[in-house]
Amino acid sequence: MAETSVPTPRRAPRARDLKAMPGFKTIGWACIFALYMPLAVLIIFSFNDNRSVVKWTEFSLRWYEAALENDGIRNAAWVSVKVAAVATIFSTIAATMAALATTRTAAFRGQGLAYGIINQPLMIPEIVTAISTLSLFSLVKQATGVTGIGYLMAAHTAFCIPFAFMPIRARLEDMTLTLEQAGADLYATPWQSFRYITLPLLMPGILAGAMLAFVVSLDDVIITLMVAGPGETTLPIFILGALRRGITPEINAVSTVLVAVSVILVIALFLVQGRMKK
Amino acid sequence: MSSRPAHADHQAQDRRNTISARSLVKTFGHGETRVTALDNIDVDIRENEFFTLLGPSGCGKTTLLRLIAGFELPTGGTIELEGKDITALPPHLRPVNTVFQNYALFPHMTVAENVGFGLKMLGKPSGDIDARVKKMLSLVQLEAMANRRTDQLSGGQQQRVALARALAPAPKVLLLDEPLAALDLKLRKNMQLELKSLQHETGITFVFVTHDQEEALTMSDRIAVMRDGAILQIGSPKDIYDRPTHRFVADFIGDINIFEGTVESTEGNQAKVRLRDGETVLARMPEAGTSAGSCALAVRPESLRIAGPGEAAALEGTLENVVYMGAAHNLHLRLGSGEELVVRHGGSTEGIDLSPGAQLGVVIAPGGARVLA
Ligand SMILES: Nc1ncnc2c1ncn2[C@@H]1O[C@H](COP(=O)(O)OP(=O)(O)OP(=O)(O)O)[C@@H](O)[C@H]1O
Ligand SMILES: [Mg+2]
Repeated sequence: MAETSVPTPRRAPRARDLKAMPGFKTIGWACIFALYMPLAVLIIFSFNDNRSVVKWTEFSLRWYEAALENDGIRNAAWVSVKVAAVATIFSTIAATMAALATTRTAAFRGQGLAYGIINQPLMIPEIVTAISTLSLFSLVKQATGVTGIGYLMAAHTAFCIPFAFMPIRARLEDMTLTLEQAGADLYATPWQSFRYITLPLLMPGILAGAMLAFVVSLDDVIITLMVAGPGETTLPIFILGALRRGITPEINAVSTVLVAVSVILVIALFLVQGRMKK
Repeated sequence: MSSRPAHADHQAQDRRNTISARSLVKTFGHGETRVTALDNIDVDIRENEFFTLLGPSGCGKTTLLRLIAGFELPTGGTIELEGKDITALPPHLRPVNTVFQNYALFPHMTVAENVGFGLKMLGKPSGDIDARVKKMLSLVQLEAMANRRTDQLSGGQQQRVALARALAPAPKVLLLDEPLAALDLKLRKNMQLELKSLQHETGITFVFVTHDQEEALTMSDRIAVMRDGAILQIGSPKDIYDRPTHRFVADFIGDINIFEGTVESTEGNQAKVRLRDGETVLARMPEAGTSAGSCALAVRPESLRIAGPGEAAALEGTLENVVYMGAAHNLHLRLGSGEELVVRHGGSTEGIDLSPGAQLGVVIAPGGARVLA
């Protein structure tokens, strides 16, 4: 640099944003470490060719094979997928209808209240929801004598609704009413307007809501623990049970698969939302 | 398909009313936040005419259009379409199509799908739809774009797609809400001509919204000038321009000089008006109301010229400013009363003293001065 009479700043001036704050990088890395280090340990030791989960020996897929051959794990995975699929379908349908009703109708009395009621379950401690659901279901079971996995699916559907609702409503709020009006102007009945205009445009939101619902259902422990009957063990519950007997690499392998499913869904969600912005 | 031009059928007959609105009222909100967007509107829009709603922002143009389209229900009054009450009919049952201000093209459909949407919803056979879409796209010169997505089009092209989409089902009435507002000047001039000729070719009644008075004057068969939710005057562009009945209309359309004065005497439809600087001027009275007393006198700058030597001048003023306008000069004079007077002097300025402060006499063309109601 050429010498000048003006004192040169030690560093080239940068846009003043949060990144320029002292310690920003350190804190950032600390957060990432805290968030992902445990996961990294879990994943790494799921590939360990040794019963120990603290001492590394050699790479191997034996724990994945073991997990695949374990009937308990296979049953639990199947229950999880079944419950999550059913809960996703019904909660997404309900959430879509709720979102349409709170954004695509003339303003009605208690609209804000309706919105609050749909989202309130997010605020109530899950354990409370779990206990109240259990009490209700016990009542119903006693009155009707009906048992089965339907109760678990119903419970999952219920707590998935607010999660599915959020992205769908956000998408609907972004969509101006003008397009639907243009549809009506061009002789589309309300049903045709929905079918040919609202629904295709809303699809990214619906997919995002469905994925969120699926992940939330797949990961649930507390409500499932209360509501699930005998033989209705989901994957997280199975893992919880197995942990009482100590951590095994087999559990690490199953957990890694769960993480992978979540990551894949999050990536898919991200892609869908990227397309949504266009 | 019913694309038969309507004007062929009724050329010989008197023009019937396509849209008749009676005592139309529209208010939004309740209590203190209540807004009256339309205040007792009566209007008849005739078959096959290019009808323009003109007025400043917020005067209720869009609201009137939305009531005709059926997106909004009136608070009071009725709307008839060809003599049938459609006040409570939902939009998809009205043979009325809209070109939206922001075009509102369907982003998930191609250009051709957009244009064919109305016919598809009407349940037309797909062969008919394809033929009609082709015809409409050639009408707006977009044949080559049929399979494009709408976000790959320029503003002007999107505008044409919106137009083709609204015309494709051959509606009885086409509503256009400032369709040209987003286009640049050159494109706008082109589209003005195209719209006008499209209207002629299709024989569809156009209801056109603008707040551009020049656009209204060049395109319309009739203009309704609106203010604060009311229609002040309806008439041909010439009526509105030459015979404004309302001070607001005179002021809003074109340049005009307006003076305070008093009616001294009337004779037929002529009145002798004394201006504030003491001079008297002969002016036409409005058809309605011949009240004596104080009044407003309006004169267009082009109805004025500088008096030649020896010619009797109606008004006298001091020259303050000369603005060159290309084909003419605008001379800004200050009258004795302190009021400003703009004279559009067409011909050559030779022999006229154009130095600032010059005393100039002004002649008013016969019938050029009008008393406003
Ligand atoms: N949905 C609504 N809710 C409340 N007020 C409204 C609504 N729509 C219109 N208004 C009010 O009604 C009046 C007329 O509005 P309108 O949109 O018809 O005006 P406009 O003549 O089309 O104006 P611009 O030239 O700006 O488009 C305005 O005062 C506006 O604020
Ligand atoms: Mg408007």
